[in-house]
Amino acid sequence: MTGIERITSALVWAMAVIAIIFLLTPLVVTVAVSFGSSAVFTLPPPGWSLRWYERVWTIRGLWASLLTSVQIAGLATAISLVLGTLCAIALVRGRFAGRDAIATFLVSPLMVPGLVVGIAMLQGFKLVGLREAWPSLLVAHVVITMPYVVRTVLASLSLFDFTLIDAARTLGCSYGQALRKVMVPALAPAFLTSGMFAFLASMDNYPVSIFFTDAWTKTLPLQMLQLVEERPDPTIAAISTGLIVLAIMVLIIGDRLVGLRRLADF
Amino acid sequence: MSGARLDRMIWLALPAVAYLAVVYALPLLWLLGRSVTGPDGVTIAQFTAFFSDPFSWRVMGNTLRIAFWVTLLSLVIGYPVAIAMARARGLMQVMLLVAMILPLSIGVVVKAFAWQIVLRRDGLISQGLVASGIWAEPQRLLFTETGLIVGATNVFLPFMILPIYSVVKLIDPRLTEAGATLGASPFYRFRKILLPLTLPGIVSGSAFVFSMAVSMFVIPSLLIGDRFQTLATLTGRSYLLMRNEALGSTTAVILLVIAVSIVVLSTWLSKRVGRSL
Repeated sequence: MTGIERITSALVWAMAVIAIIFLLTPLVVTVAVSFGSSAVFTLPPPGWSLRWYERVWTIRGLWASLLTSVQIAGLATAISLVLGTLCAIALVRGRFAGRDAIATFLVSPLMVPGLVVGIAMLQGFKLVGLREAWPSLLVAHVVITMPYVVRTVLASLSLFDFTLIDAARTLGCSYGQALRKVMVPALAPAFLTSGMFAFLASMDNYPVSIFFTDAWTKTLPLQMLQLVEERPDPTIAAISTGLIVLAIMVLIIGDRLVGLRRLADF
Repeated sequence: MSGARLDRMIWLALPAVAYLAVVYALPLLWLLGRSVTGPDGVTIAQFTAFFSDPFSWRVMGNTLRIAFWVTLLSLVIGYPVAIAMARARGLMQVMLLVAMILPLSIGVVVKAFAWQIVLRRDGLISQGLVASGIWAEPQRLLFTETGLIVGATNVFLPFMILPIYSVVKLIDPRLTEAGATLGASPFYRFRKILLPLTLPGIVSGSAFVFSMAVSMFVIPSLLIGDRFQTLATLTGRSYLLMRNEALGSTTAVILLVIAVSIVVLSTWLSKRVGRSL
């Protein structure tokens, strides 16, 4: 190694360490503040306490909004997984014109600003008379989750060897059995990764959901934003810490099932 | 298999396509259509009115300037990190992957809230810079453009790193070794081997970050406040607070046009990059 190489290599690793610290800063800060005793966000906190965790239980509407978010995200992800996988199979196996255009179309909600999608849908739903918050949220969130499923399942299916299904049928499986025993296991990591990202994208969505909430139906990000704006105290940090713990658990499960490296396949 | 059976495959694609066409494409087209029609037919009056107001140009300038800096900062930090990620093994690799994926799974409201704390006058950055002697006295970064750029870069950085990482990890390390054996200088090897091979990742990462930075809404409203308006915050405000749907749909269409041009431009760029290899 020459001198320049050593310097660039050192710079690359230094930048990596800085980036790790930078990326984890908001999480570490949130956790530290949530266990602090002070109501103003001094860091490091003057003392430690659990009182913000006790106050989490007193926030009205928090659990309802969490439940709404989980229900919407779960249902929207499930619908997207079914519709998206069917469509991905058609795109990989079919020989009709415009397959690339269809794939681009289904992934495009990722690139269109959420606010614009939200406004367009708000006006569209008004036109057809859909006014209830809950169904509007669900209908909208299927659009948000669809791109994640189509993108990942499509990539995984294009690597799948469809002659394996014929082989399974030659060996005596029915068509349904062949699909279940050969194709589903091969696609399982793609279902899991895309399902996870779709679920998280829906749980975290703010710019679309904001147009479809009312006084009774709020999603978690909107409820939290309201808290940040109205009552900025470490209770929010305590809620956030709970979400961070949840995310770590999901990551550990994801790592066990498909491996961290596959989760980073963007 | 017969051709007819394969063509029937299109029925499997139909539910998803029909769903998005009705729920997503039609409303977008309706929004576009309404922005260029007035009581007397087709008109661009809403846009000429918008662009004749100097305030609008300031808002456009704010939006593009912030997005530019966020993209540049993400690229400068993200590029070496993507390379490190492809080379790292063991604990370092796990740390990098966790630092990349874990923040992605935590909501943007939580992250913006944490940056509110970090950027305060008595926050970590101010404390650190005063302690290291760079700043003479504590300063507030919250509600400044710098603070917004730092916070937004933090949120969008993984979207720069992951696309670059996905191309870096496909590069055969023997390529640069071969270059070195043949006597190429490190800079020449970077310019002729690493940079051209990673350009598609740079293009798609930058496109991702730029378009997200243009349309971010909750980060500016928490980190810089109402006095600083971008296209996205103005769009949100005009719908949710001011009930000015005409202004809101005009800015929404401009946002849409910017987003579509980024996609078109980046697709064109990555095709060009691919051909020049």
